Amino acid sequence: MPVIALKDHPFDPYQELTAFRTVQGGKAAKYGAQSIFIGTMRDFNEGETVERLWLEHYPGMTERELARIVEQAFARWAMDEALVMHRVGEIKPADAIVLIAFWSAHRGAALDATRFVIEELKHRAPFWKKETLGRGTRWVERNTPA
Amino acid sequence: MSIRIRYFASLRETMGRVEEQIVFEAITTVGEIWKTVNEGRPLPDNILCAVNMEYASASTSVRDGDEVAFFPPVTGG
Repeated sequence: MPVIALKDHPFDPYQELTAFRTVQGGKAAKYGAQSIFIGTMRDFNEGETVERLWLEHYPGMTERELARIVEQAFARWAMDEALVMHRVGEIKPADAIVLIAFWSAHRGAALDATRFVIEELKHRAPFWKKETLGRGTRWVERNTPA
Repeated sequence: MSIRIRYFASLRETMGRVEEQIVFEAITTVGEIWKTVNEGRPLPDNILCAVNMEYASASTSVRDGDEVAFFPPVTGG
């Protein structure tokens, strides 16, 4: 069963992965590949130092859109498990923002699904970043290129 | 019919409100709702919209009790 969660407090992606693997326990021998993407907060953007981020979302629609993206990945690739976590609220530099992990029999599916989910998430999931700079705040208006 | 309209992120700040409830006389569209709350201006290309938490377009029709949301391009991940 894929797990999708929004987190309103800092989380350690490595601890989450360990906990998830423990829960999955007996199935570990089914996987030949695990692909993990962790997105963290940079302390610079567009030439300026960023002190912190506020991540707004659309409660209800965000969860629905994430679930749909993960479903699409499962429909497209032979996949055993998935774990997707995303922060909301106040975020500090180096904090994890997003964790995407896929478990599959083979590397191609796991890697492709991970890339698919992060790119779809960036284009479709209703999250918005507001940066706090030394001189004030600004909304992030677009994603940086991959 | 009564429609709940919600705004997010920079658009929420521009509009100066989080949400509002507006009564329309007949079945309407997302585009017409935008015009009603924006002095007749059409929905800009860079504003996304959703009806009942599903992505929609200006031509999507809206029914009594629906929730319509407007927001800027998303920037998660």
